[in-house]
Amino acid sequence: MTNALAFSTPIFSALADPTRREVFERLARGPLPVGELAHGLPVSRPAVSQHLKVLKEAGLVTDRPDGTRRVYQIDPQGLGQIRAWLDQFWDVALDAFKAEVERQAGQEGEKP
Amino acid sequence: MSQTIRPAAVRKSFTVRATPEKAFDVFTAGHHLWWPKSHSIGDAPLRTVIIEPRAGGRWYSITEDDIEHDWGDVLVWAPPARLVLAWRLNGQFTYDPDLLTEVEVRFASAGEGETRVDFEHRGLEAFGDTAAADAIRAGMDQGWGIILDSFQAVANP
Repeated sequence: MTNALAFSTPIFSALADPTRREVFERLARGPLPVGELAHGLPVSRPAVSQHLKVLKEAGLVTDRPDGTRRVYQIDPQGLGQIRAWLDQFWDVALDAFKAEVERQAGQEGEKP
Repeated sequence: MSQTIRPAAVRKSFTVRATPEKAFDVFTAGHHLWWPKSHSIGDAPLRTVIIEPRAGGRWYSITEDDIEHDWGDVLVWAPPARLVLAWRLNGQFTYDPDLLTEVEVRFASAGEGETRVDFEHRGLEAFGDTAAADAIRAGMDQGWGIILDSFQAVANP
């Protein structure tokens, strides 16, 4: 549960895909509806929607209705950043917790 | 137009080679033995971290200058199965009594001498409601940069 777990967090998964990273980087330049986001990308619009869903779940983007369409933007409150930080932090803390529990349990197991 | 995002809870599940009783004990009574010393409040180095063993108990740290720093409190104390803590630290590790996010840890026997630990830190949208939201964002910038740097290192070895 060391680095492998630390980097398997939703935020890393979300950004590990090149197309998703491209979508994220486009949104970093300003809010866009799905249709315009999909324009120029080598994937279908439903595929872009799927990528947006993953980014939203990771707390990296948010969306709002605008008439009949939805506009996506980088999370304006920075909660995605806070979440990413906590996610990373708890990996480190829980890794240390697991090590301490097993160290103590191991010592007790060695006693007669 | 202000839009509130509801970030998914931070969830972690893993198995430890110990009984639920041992795991609960180390998580609480042994809190100071595993908590990363780098994550503390106050100017002086961290001496210890304490979770008082009862519902309503304090969750706080003591630094080397003998100052106590509140972090939150115990919402549910149900050894060895369940612990719920109120985490009232914002992103800069500053205590805010009006901030409520919840840390729940469940310990379930997973066979001989093994325990499944299900961890959840939820209610993260509360970070957006605090007056310190701007400060949180500022504080996060550094962590965010580190995370992205780490990601880059992994993605482009």
